Amino acid sequence: MTEKTVLNATHRALGARMVDFGGWDMPISYGSQIEEHHAVRRDAGMFDVSHMTVIDLHGARTREFLRHLLANSIDKLKVHGKALYSCMLNEQGGVIDDLIVYYLGEEFFRLVVNASTREKDLAWIEKQAVAFDVQVKERPEFAMIAVQGPNARAKVLDLLHEVDRSRIEKLGKFSAAAAQGPHGMPLFVARTGYTGEDGFEIIVPADHAVALWAALADAGVAPAGLGARDTLRLEAGMNLYGQDMEEDISPWEANLGWTITLDEGRAFMGRPALEAQKAAGVKRVMVGLVLDDKGVLRHGQKVLTANGEGEILSGSFAPTLEKAVAFARIPVGEPGAVRVDIRGREVPVRLVKYPFVRDGKPCDGI
Amino acid sequence: MSEIPGDLKFLKSHEWARVEDDGLVRVGISDHAQGQLGDLVYVELPEIGSSVKAGTGAAVVESVKAASDIYAPVSGEVVEVNESLNDKPETINEDAYGEGWIFLVRPSDRAELDELLDANAYEELVESEDH
Repeated sequence: MTEKTVLNATHRALGARMVDFGGWDMPISYGSQIEEHHAVRRDAGMFDVSHMTVIDLHGARTREFLRHLLANSIDKLKVHGKALYSCMLNEQGGVIDDLIVYYLGEEFFRLVVNASTREKDLAWIEKQAVAFDVQVKERPEFAMIAVQGPNARAKVLDLLHEVDRSRIEKLGKFSAAAAQGPHGMPLFVARTGYTGEDGFEIIVPADHAVALWAALADAGVAPAGLGARDTLRLEAGMNLYGQDMEEDISPWEANLGWTITLDEGRAFMGRPALEAQKAAGVKRVMVGLVLDDKGVLRHGQKVLTANGEGEILSGSFAPTLEKAVAFARIPVGEPGAVRVDIRGREVPVRLVKYPFVRDGKPCDGI
Repeated sequence: MSEIPGDLKFLKSHEWARVEDDGLVRVGISDHAQGQLGDLVYVELPEIGSSVKAGTGAAVVESVKAASDIYAPVSGEVVEVNESLNDKPETINEDAYGEGWIFLVRPSDRAELDELLDANAYEELVESEDH
Protein backbone atom coordinates (compact mmCIF):
# COMPACT_ATOMS: atom_id res chain seq x y z
CA MET A 1 0.00 0.00 0.00
CA THR A 2 1.52 3.30 -1.11
CA GLU A 3 1.43 6.07 1.46
CA LYS A 4 0.49 9.63 0.61
CA THR A 5 1.48 12.86 2.30
CA VAL A 6 -1.20 15.44 3.09
CA LEU A 7 0.10 17.47 0.09
CA ASN A 8 -0.51 14.66 -2.43
CA ALA A 9 -3.52 16.30 -4.07
CA THR A 10 -1.63 19.62 -4.20
CA HIS A 11 1.21 17.98 -6.15
CA ARG A 12 -1.20 16.31 -8.53
CA ALA A 13 -3.08 19.57 -9.13
CA LEU A 14 0.27 21.15 -10.07
CA GLY A 15 0.77 18.41 -12.68
CA ALA A 16 3.64 16.70 -10.86
CA ARG A 17 5.11 13.47 -12.15
CA MET A 18 4.64 11.11 -9.21
CA VAL A 19 6.89 8.16 -8.35
CA ASP A 20 7.15 5.58 -5.61
CA PHE A 21 9.85 6.64 -3.15
CA GLY A 22 10.41 4.24 -0.26
CA GLY A 23 6.72 3.30 -0.27
CA TRP A 24 5.50 6.89 -0.64
CA ASP A 25 3.78 8.43 -3.67
CA MET A 26 5.98 11.51 -4.15
CA PRO A 27 6.54 14.20 -6.82
CA ILE A 28 9.80 13.71 -8.74
CA SER A 29 9.26 16.96 -10.66
CA TYR A 30 6.53 19.40 -11.62
CA GLY A 31 7.95 20.22 -15.04
CA SER A 32 11.66 20.64 -15.67
CA GLN A 33 13.79 19.07 -12.95
CA ILE A 34 16.74 21.26 -14.02
CA GLU A 35 14.71 24.47 -13.65
CA GLU A 36 13.63 23.38 -10.18
CA HIS A 37 17.27 22.77 -9.31
CA HIS A 38 18.25 26.26 -10.53
CA ALA A 39 15.33 27.85 -8.66
CA VAL A 40 16.80 26.55 -5.41
CA ARG A 41 20.37 27.59 -6.28
CA ARG A 42 19.33 31.08 -7.42
CA ASP A 43 16.16 32.02 -5.55
CA ALA A 44 13.94 29.78 -3.42
CA GLY A 45 12.31 26.39 -3.84
CA MET A 46 10.21 24.14 -1.61
CA PHE A 47 10.03 20.39 -1.15
CA ASP A 48 7.38 18.27 0.48
CA VAL A 49 9.40 16.11 2.86
CA SER A 50 6.44 14.99 4.94
CA HIS A 51 7.37 11.38 4.22
CA MET A 52 10.28 11.74 6.63
CA THR A 53 9.72 10.33 10.10
CA VAL A 54 9.55 12.55 13.18
CA ILE A 55 10.15 10.73 16.46
CA ASP A 56 9.95 12.44 19.86
CA LEU A 57 11.86 11.05 22.82
CA HIS A 58 10.76 11.85 26.37
CA GLY A 59 12.14 10.84 29.73
CA ALA A 60 14.57 11.82 32.45
CA ARG A 61 17.32 9.64 30.94
CA THR A 62 16.88 10.69 27.29
CA ARG A 63 20.30 12.33 27.00
CA GLU A 64 21.94 9.27 28.52
CA PHE A 65 20.02 7.11 26.02
CA LEU A 66 21.23 9.20 23.08
CA ARG A 67 24.83 8.93 24.32
CA HIS A 68 24.36 5.19 23.82
CA LEU A 69 22.30 5.29 20.59
CA LEU A 70 24.22 7.81 18.46
CA ALA A 71 27.77 7.81 17.08
CA ASN A 72 28.00 11.59 17.30
CA SER A 73 28.06 13.10 20.77
CA ILE A 74 24.72 14.39 22.05
CA ASP A 75 26.70 16.40 24.61
CA LYS A 76 27.59 18.82 21.82
CA LEU A 77 23.98 20.01 22.21
CA LYS A 78 23.99 22.49 25.07
CA VAL A 79 21.49 25.10 23.95
CA HIS A 80 17.75 24.51 23.47
CA GLY A 81 16.83 24.19 19.80
CA LYS A 82 20.31 23.13 18.65
CA ALA A 83 20.52 20.27 16.14
CA LEU A 84 23.10 17.58 15.47
CA TYR A 85 23.65 15.28 12.48
CA SER A 86 24.53 11.73 13.47
CA CYS A 87 24.68 8.13 12.33
CA MET A 88 22.86 5.43 14.25
CA LEU A 89 25.01 2.29 14.08
CA ASN A 90 24.50 -1.42 14.67
CA GLU A 91 26.88 -3.53 16.76
CA GLN A 92 29.07 -4.19 13.72
CA GLY A 93 29.51 -0.45 13.20
CA GLY A 94 27.30 -0.44 10.09
CA VAL A 95 24.95 2.49 9.45
CA ILE A 96 21.30 1.74 10.34
CA ASP A 97 20.37 5.31 9.38
CA ASP A 98 21.56 8.90 9.43
CA LEU A 99 19.39 11.44 11.24
CA ILE A 100 19.08 14.86 12.79
CA VAL A 101 18.46 15.17 16.52
CA TYR A 102 17.08 18.37 18.11
CA TYR A 103 17.56 19.31 21.76
CA LEU A 104 14.20 20.65 22.92
CA GLY A 105 14.53 20.15 26.67
CA GLU A 106 16.55 18.11 29.13
CA GLU A 107 13.84 15.45 28.98
CA PHE A 108 12.75 16.02 25.38
CA PHE A 109 14.71 15.39 22.16
CA ARG A 110 13.32 15.10 18.62
CA LEU A 111 14.70 12.84 15.88
CA VAL A 112 14.05 13.20 12.14
CA VAL A 113 14.92 9.98 10.32
CA ASN A 114 14.58 8.73 6.74
CA ALA A 115 11.27 7.54 5.30
CA SER A 116 12.64 4.39 3.67
CA THR A 117 14.07 3.18 6.99
CA ARG A 118 11.11 4.12 9.19
CA GLU A 119 10.08 0.68 10.43
CA LYS A 120 13.51 -0.71 11.21
CA ASP A 121 14.53 2.59 12.85
CA LEU A 122 11.48 2.63 15.11
CA ALA A 123 12.00 -1.02 16.05
CA TRP A 124 15.68 -0.44 16.81
CA ILE A 125 15.13 2.76 18.79
CA GLU A 126 12.29 1.24 20.81
CA LYS A 127 14.38 -1.80 21.63
CA GLN A 128 17.36 0.29 22.75
CA ALA A 129 15.14 2.71 24.71
CA VAL A 130 13.70 0.12 27.09
CA ALA A 131 16.76 0.01 29.35
CA PHE A 132 16.69 3.80 29.68
CA ASP A 133 12.97 4.08 30.32
CA VAL A 134 12.65 6.54 27.41
CA GLN A 135 9.29 7.02 25.73
CA VAL A 136 9.51 6.74 21.90
CA LYS A 137 6.66 8.51 20.14
CA GLU A 138 6.29 8.77 16.38
CA ARG A 139 4.56 12.00 15.22
CA PRO A 140 2.68 11.09 12.01
CA GLU A 141 0.36 14.07 12.54
CA PHE A 142 3.15 16.36 11.32
CA ALA A 143 3.93 17.36 7.75
CA MET A 144 7.28 18.87 6.74
CA ILE A 145 8.19 21.42 4.07
CA ALA A 146 11.82 22.30 3.25
CA VAL A 147 12.25 25.85 1.89
CA GLN A 148 15.73 26.27 0.43
CA GLY A 149 17.72 28.83 -1.54
CA PRO A 150 19.42 32.20 -1.13
CA ASN A 151 16.04 33.95 -0.75
CA ALA A 152 14.30 31.17 1.16
CA ARG A 153 14.69 32.56 4.66
CA ALA A 154 13.46 36.04 3.73
CA LYS A 155 10.36 34.59 2.06
CA VAL A 156 9.55 32.44 5.09
CA LEU A 157 10.18 35.29 7.55
CA ASP A 158 7.62 37.44 5.73
CA LEU A 159 4.96 34.83 6.46
CA LEU A 160 5.62 34.60 10.19
CA HIS A 161 3.74 36.47 12.89
CA GLU A 162 5.58 39.74 13.41
CA VAL A 163 6.39 38.97 17.05
CA ASP A 164 8.43 35.96 15.86
CA ARG A 165 10.23 37.47 12.89
CA SER A 166 13.37 38.94 14.39
CA ARG A 167 13.90 35.93 16.65
CA ILE A 168 13.65 33.48 13.73
CA GLU A 169 15.78 35.75 11.54
CA LYS A 170 18.56 35.46 14.15
CA LEU A 171 18.25 31.67 14.33
CA GLY A 172 21.74 30.21 13.78
CA LYS A 173 22.56 27.40 11.36
CA PHE A 174 21.52 24.00 12.67
CA SER A 175 19.13 25.51 15.20
CA ALA A 176 15.35 25.36 15.52
CA ALA A 177 12.60 27.28 17.27
CA ALA A 178 8.83 27.47 17.43
CA ALA A 179 7.02 30.26 15.59
CA GLN A 180 3.55 31.20 14.37
CA GLY A 181 2.92 30.97 10.64
CA PRO A 182 0.03 32.23 8.49
CA HIS A 183 -3.34 32.24 10.33
CA GLY A 184 -1.47 31.56 13.57
CA MET A 185 -0.51 28.01 12.63
CA PRO A 186 2.15 26.57 14.96
CA LEU A 187 5.45 25.91 13.20
CA PHE A 188 8.72 24.27 14.19
CA VAL A 189 11.30 26.13 12.10
CA ALA A 190 14.79 24.64 11.71
CA ARG A 191 17.65 26.28 9.85
CA THR A 192 18.73 23.01 8.23
CA GLY A 193 18.56 21.49 4.78
CA TYR A 194 19.73 18.97 2.21
CA THR A 195 20.66 21.22 -0.72
CA GLY A 196 23.83 23.15 0.18
CA GLU A 197 21.81 26.37 0.32
CA ASP A 198 20.59 28.35 3.28
CA GLY A 199 16.96 27.90 4.25
CA PHE A 200 14.54 26.31 6.67
CA GLU A 201 12.98 22.92 7.18
CA ILE A 202 9.54 23.52 8.69
CA ILE A 203 7.54 20.98 10.65
CA VAL A 204 3.84 21.86 10.58
CA PRO A 205 0.69 20.07 11.78
CA ALA A 206 -0.64 18.13 8.79
CA ASP A 207 -3.96 19.99 8.73
CA HIS A 208 -2.11 23.29 8.11
CA ALA A 209 0.35 22.00 5.51
CA VAL A 210 -1.74 22.77 2.42
CA ALA A 211 -2.27 26.37 3.59
CA LEU A 212 1.44 26.82 4.34
CA TRP A 213 2.39 25.43 0.91
CA ALA A 214 -0.08 27.83 -0.74
CA ALA A 215 1.26 30.81 1.23
CA LEU A 216 4.82 29.93 0.23
CA ALA A 217 3.77 29.57 -3.42
CA ASP A 218 2.10 33.01 -3.25
CA ALA A 219 5.38 34.37 -1.87
CA GLY A 220 7.15 33.15 -5.00
CA VAL A 221 8.70 29.94 -3.69
CA ALA A 222 8.92 27.41 -6.55
CA PRO A 223 7.69 23.83 -5.95
CA ALA A 224 10.59 21.41 -6.47
CA GLY A 225 10.50 17.63 -6.63
CA LEU A 226 12.63 14.83 -5.28
CA GLY A 227 14.60 14.78 -8.55
CA ALA A 228 15.96 18.27 -7.93
CA ARG A 229 16.46 17.46 -4.26
CA ASP A 230 18.72 14.57 -5.30
CA THR A 231 20.93 16.61 -7.67
CA LEU A 232 21.12 19.46 -5.15
CA ARG A 233 22.27 17.25 -2.27
CA LEU A 234 24.75 15.42 -4.53
CA GLU A 235 26.33 18.72 -5.63
CA ALA A 236 26.40 19.74 -1.95
CA GLY A 237 28.31 16.56 -1.06
CA MET A 238 25.61 15.03 1.13
CA ASN A 239 25.10 11.28 1.42
CA LEU A 240 21.87 9.48 0.60
CA TYR A 241 21.04 6.52 2.82
CA GLY A 242 20.68 3.29 0.82
CA GLN A 243 22.92 4.56 -1.95
CA ASP A 244 26.02 5.97 -0.25
CA MET A 245 25.83 4.03 3.00
CA GLU A 246 23.98 1.02 4.34
CA GLU A 247 24.02 -1.44 7.22
CA ASP A 248 27.13 -3.24 5.98
CA ILE A 249 29.06 0.02 5.42
CA SER A 250 30.87 1.75 8.25
CA PRO A 251 31.00 5.55 8.54
CA TRP A 252 34.75 5.39 7.82
CA GLU A 253 33.93 4.06 4.35
CA ALA A 254 31.21 6.66 3.75
CA ASN A 255 33.19 9.82 4.50
CA LEU A 256 31.25 10.21 7.74
CA GLY A 257 34.26 10.05 10.06
CA TRP A 258 33.58 13.69 10.94
CA THR A 259 30.32 12.62 12.59
CA ILE A 260 31.98 10.04 14.86
CA THR A 261 32.91 11.29 18.31
CA LEU A 262 35.27 8.93 20.15
CA ASP A 263 34.95 10.86 23.38
CA GLU A 264 36.40 9.56 26.61
CA GLY A 265 34.39 6.84 28.29
CA ARG A 266 31.26 6.89 26.10
CA ALA A 267 30.18 3.36 25.20
CA PHE A 268 27.96 4.03 22.16
CA MET A 269 26.49 1.29 20.00
CA GLY A 270 29.02 0.15 17.39
CA ARG A 271 32.02 1.86 19.00
CA PRO A 272 34.15 -1.29 19.61
CA ALA A 273 33.68 -2.32 15.95
CA LEU A 274 34.55 1.18 14.70
CA GLU A 275 37.72 1.30 16.78
CA ALA A 276 38.77 -2.16 15.59
CA GLN A 277 38.23 -1.13 11.95
CA LYS A 278 40.27 1.99 12.44
CA ALA A 279 43.10 0.09 14.13
CA ALA A 280 43.14 -2.52 11.36
CA GLY A 281 43.09 0.18 8.65
CA VAL A 282 40.04 1.06 6.59
CA LYS A 283 40.19 -0.72 3.21
CA ARG A 284 37.91 1.48 1.13
CA VAL A 285 37.36 5.20 0.91
CA MET A 286 34.62 7.37 -0.54
CA VAL A 287 35.77 9.96 -3.08
CA GLY A 288 34.29 12.55 -5.43
CA LEU A 289 34.50 12.15 -9.21
CA VAL A 290 34.00 14.67 -12.01
CA LEU A 291 33.47 13.67 -15.63
CA ASP A 292 34.73 16.50 -17.86
CA ASP A 293 33.69 14.71 -21.06
CA LYS A 294 30.14 14.16 -22.18
CA GLY A 295 28.21 11.38 -20.51
CA VAL A 296 26.60 10.71 -17.16
CA LEU A 297 27.99 8.90 -14.11
CA ARG A 298 25.38 6.56 -12.59
CA HIS A 299 24.92 4.42 -9.51
CA GLY A 300 26.48 0.97 -9.97
CA GLN A 301 29.02 1.83 -12.68
CA LYS A 302 32.43 0.22 -12.20
CA VAL A 303 35.37 2.46 -11.24
CA LEU A 304 38.86 1.36 -12.29
CA THR A 305 41.89 2.39 -10.20
CA ALA A 306 45.52 1.30 -9.80
CA ASN A 307 44.49 -0.58 -6.64
CA GLY A 308 41.52 -2.43 -8.09
CA GLU A 309 37.88 -1.82 -8.78
CA GLY A 310 35.44 0.43 -7.01
CA GLU A 311 31.87 1.44 -7.62
CA ILE A 312 29.84 4.57 -8.20
CA LEU A 313 27.40 5.26 -5.37
CA SER A 314 25.38 8.41 -6.11
CA GLY A 315 26.01 9.73 -9.62
CA SER A 316 24.16 12.19 -11.82
CA PHE A 317 24.34 15.08 -14.18
CA ALA A 318 24.94 18.15 -11.99
CA PRO A 319 22.86 21.05 -13.35
CA THR A 320 24.93 23.80 -11.66
CA LEU A 321 28.16 22.43 -13.20
CA GLU A 322 26.63 21.20 -16.47
CA LYS A 323 28.58 17.97 -16.20
CA ALA A 324 28.35 14.69 -14.37
CA VAL A 325 29.65 14.17 -10.83
CA ALA A 326 29.55 11.20 -8.49
CA PHE A 327 30.54 9.70 -5.18
CA ALA A 328 32.49 6.46 -5.51
CA ARG A 329 33.84 3.90 -3.06
CA ILE A 330 37.31 2.74 -4.14
CA PRO A 331 40.20 0.76 -2.61
CA VAL A 332 42.38 2.86 -0.30
CA GLY A 333 45.76 4.12 -1.60
CA GLU A 334 47.11 6.17 -4.51
CA PRO A 335 44.51 5.45 -7.21
CA GLY A 336 46.48 6.44 -10.34
CA ALA A 337 44.48 7.39 -13.43
CA VAL A 338 40.84 6.74 -12.51
CA ARG A 339 38.38 5.57 -15.16
CA VAL A 340 34.70 4.66 -15.13
CA ASP A 341 33.16 1.91 -17.23
CA ILE A 342 30.20 3.46 -19.03
CA ARG A 343 28.47 0.81 -21.16
CA GLY A 344 31.76 -0.96 -21.89
CA ARG A 345 33.73 2.23 -22.58
CA GLU A 346 36.49 3.31 -20.18
CA VAL A 347 36.04 7.02 -19.57
CA PRO A 348 38.66 9.06 -17.66
CA VAL A 349 37.38 10.95 -14.60
CA ARG A 350 38.96 13.38 -12.14
CA LEU A 351 39.20 12.58 -8.45
CA VAL A 352 38.20 15.66 -6.45
CA LYS A 353 37.49 16.83 -2.94
CA TYR A 354 33.80 17.58 -2.52
CA PRO A 355 31.33 19.35 -1.96
CA PHE A 356 31.07 20.14 -5.63
CA VAL A 357 28.86 23.23 -5.10
CA ARG A 358 28.31 25.47 -2.09
CA ASP A 359 26.06 28.53 -1.77
CA GLY A 360 25.19 28.52 -5.45
CA LYS A 361 28.74 28.36 -6.80
CA PRO A 362 31.10 25.60 -7.98
CA CYS A 363 33.79 24.87 -5.37
CA ASP A 364 37.47 25.40 -6.15
CA GLY A 365 38.97 22.63 -8.25
CA ILE A 366 35.63 21.38 -9.61
CA MET B 1 0.52 16.24 -24.72
CA SER B 2 1.27 17.35 -28.26
CA GLU B 3 -0.51 15.96 -31.30
CA ILE B 4 1.08 12.82 -32.79
CA PRO B 5 1.85 13.42 -36.49
CA GLY B 6 -0.11 10.95 -38.62
CA ASP B 7 2.83 10.06 -40.88
CA LEU B 8 4.83 8.49 -38.06
CA LYS B 9 5.12 4.85 -37.13
CA PHE B 10 6.16 3.63 -33.70
CA LEU B 11 7.82 0.89 -31.74
CA LYS B 12 6.13 -0.06 -28.47
CA SER B 13 9.35 1.17 -26.81
CA HIS B 14 8.42 4.73 -27.93
CA GLU B 15 10.75 5.31 -30.90
CA TRP B 16 9.20 6.86 -33.99
CA ALA B 17 10.08 6.30 -37.65
CA ARG B 18 9.26 8.59 -40.57
CA VAL B 19 9.76 7.53 -44.19
CA GLU B 20 11.17 10.54 -46.04
CA ASP B 21 10.52 11.32 -49.72
CA ASP B 22 13.89 9.79 -50.64
CA GLY B 23 12.99 6.50 -48.90
CA LEU B 24 15.32 7.06 -45.95
CA VAL B 25 13.87 6.51 -42.47
CA ARG B 26 14.27 9.21 -39.82
CA VAL B 27 14.19 8.06 -36.19
CA GLY B 28 13.45 9.80 -32.91
CA ILE B 29 11.61 9.26 -29.62
CA SER B 30 8.02 10.18 -28.92
CA ASP B 31 6.86 13.24 -27.04
CA HIS B 32 5.45 10.89 -24.42
CA ALA B 33 8.88 9.27 -24.00
CA GLN B 34 10.71 12.57 -23.58
CA GLY B 35 8.13 13.58 -20.97
CA GLN B 36 8.71 10.37 -19.04
CA LEU B 37 12.50 10.74 -19.18
CA GLY B 38 12.51 14.39 -18.14
CA ASP B 39 15.29 16.86 -18.96
CA LEU B 40 17.71 15.24 -21.41
CA VAL B 41 21.39 15.98 -20.83
CA TYR B 42 23.29 13.64 -23.16
CA VAL B 43 22.72 11.71 -26.38
CA GLU B 44 25.07 8.96 -27.53
CA LEU B 45 24.62 8.95 -31.29
CA PRO B 46 25.36 5.96 -33.56
CA GLU B 47 28.28 6.23 -35.95
CA ILE B 48 27.58 7.17 -39.54
CA GLY B 49 28.03 4.08 -41.67
CA SER B 50 27.27 1.67 -38.86
CA SER B 51 24.52 -0.88 -39.34
CA VAL B 52 21.55 -1.11 -37.03
CA LYS B 53 19.12 -3.96 -36.51
CA ALA B 54 15.40 -3.53 -35.98
CA GLY B 55 14.44 -3.84 -32.31
CA THR B 56 17.99 -3.55 -30.96
CA GLY B 57 19.84 -0.64 -29.36
CA ALA B 58 21.26 1.97 -31.74
CA ALA B 59 21.66 5.06 -29.55
CA VAL B 60 21.36 6.08 -25.90
CA VAL B 61 19.63 9.11 -24.43
CA GLU B 62 20.33 10.18 -20.88
CA SER B 63 18.16 12.41 -18.76
CA VAL B 64 19.09 13.69 -15.33
CA LYS B 65 17.23 10.68 -13.97
CA ALA B 66 18.21 7.76 -16.18
CA ALA B 67 19.87 6.34 -19.28
CA SER B 68 17.62 4.79 -21.91
CA ASP B 69 18.44 2.70 -24.98
CA ILE B 70 16.98 3.84 -28.28
CA TYR B 71 16.02 0.90 -30.47
CA ALA B 72 16.16 1.04 -34.25
CA PRO B 73 12.64 0.70 -35.72
CA VAL B 74 14.12 -0.73 -38.94
CA SER B 75 17.35 -2.46 -39.96
CA GLY B 76 19.81 -0.72 -42.25
CA GLU B 77 22.76 1.63 -42.46
CA VAL B 78 23.02 4.89 -40.52
CA VAL B 79 23.54 7.63 -43.11
CA GLU B 80 23.18 10.74 -40.95
CA VAL B 81 22.99 11.66 -37.26
CA ASN B 82 21.63 14.77 -35.59
CA GLU B 83 24.95 16.33 -34.50
CA SER B 84 23.18 19.33 -32.96
CA LEU B 85 22.07 17.04 -30.12
CA ASN B 86 25.69 16.91 -28.91
CA ASP B 87 25.38 20.49 -27.71
CA LYS B 88 21.63 20.73 -27.27
CA PRO B 89 20.17 17.39 -26.16
CA GLU B 90 17.21 19.33 -24.75
CA THR B 91 16.03 19.81 -28.35
CA ILE B 92 14.38 16.39 -27.91
CA ASN B 93 12.37 17.74 -24.97
CA GLU B 94 11.36 20.80 -26.96
CA ASP B 95 10.55 19.22 -30.33
CA ALA B 96 10.54 15.42 -30.17
CA TYR B 97 8.90 14.90 -33.59
CA GLY B 98 10.84 17.59 -35.46
CA GLU B 99 14.21 19.16 -34.63
CA GLY B 100 14.77 16.47 -32.00
CA TRP B 101 15.22 13.60 -34.49
CA ILE B 102 18.19 11.35 -33.68
CA PHE B 103 19.42 9.43 -36.75
CA LEU B 104 18.59 8.60 -40.36
CA VAL B 105 18.68 5.05 -41.73
CA ARG B 106 18.83 3.60 -45.25
CA PRO B 107 16.50 0.64 -44.64
CA SER B 108 17.55 -2.81 -45.83
CA ASP B 109 14.11 -4.38 -45.48
CA ARG B 110 11.17 -2.06 -45.99
CA ALA B 111 8.74 -4.79 -44.91
CA GLU B 112 9.86 -4.13 -41.34
CA LEU B 113 7.97 -0.84 -41.50
CA ASP B 114 4.69 -2.75 -41.69
CA GLU B 115 5.31 -4.26 -38.28
CA LEU B 116 5.34 -0.85 -36.57
CA LEU B 117 2.35 0.75 -34.84
CA ASP B 118 0.55 3.55 -36.65
CA ALA B 119 -0.12 6.85 -34.86
CA ASN B 120 -3.57 5.81 -33.62
CA ALA B 121 -2.38 2.49 -32.25
CA TYR B 122 0.52 4.22 -30.54
CA GLU B 123 -1.77 6.82 -28.99
CA GLU B 124 -3.92 4.02 -27.58
CA LEU B 125 -0.83 2.32 -26.16
CA VAL B 126 0.24 5.52 -24.40
CA GLU B 127 -3.22 6.11 -23.00
CA SER B 128 -3.42 2.56 -21.66
CA GLU B 129 -0.01 3.05 -20.00
CA ASP B 130 -1.18 6.23 -18.35
CA HIS B 131 -4.18 4.59 -16.71
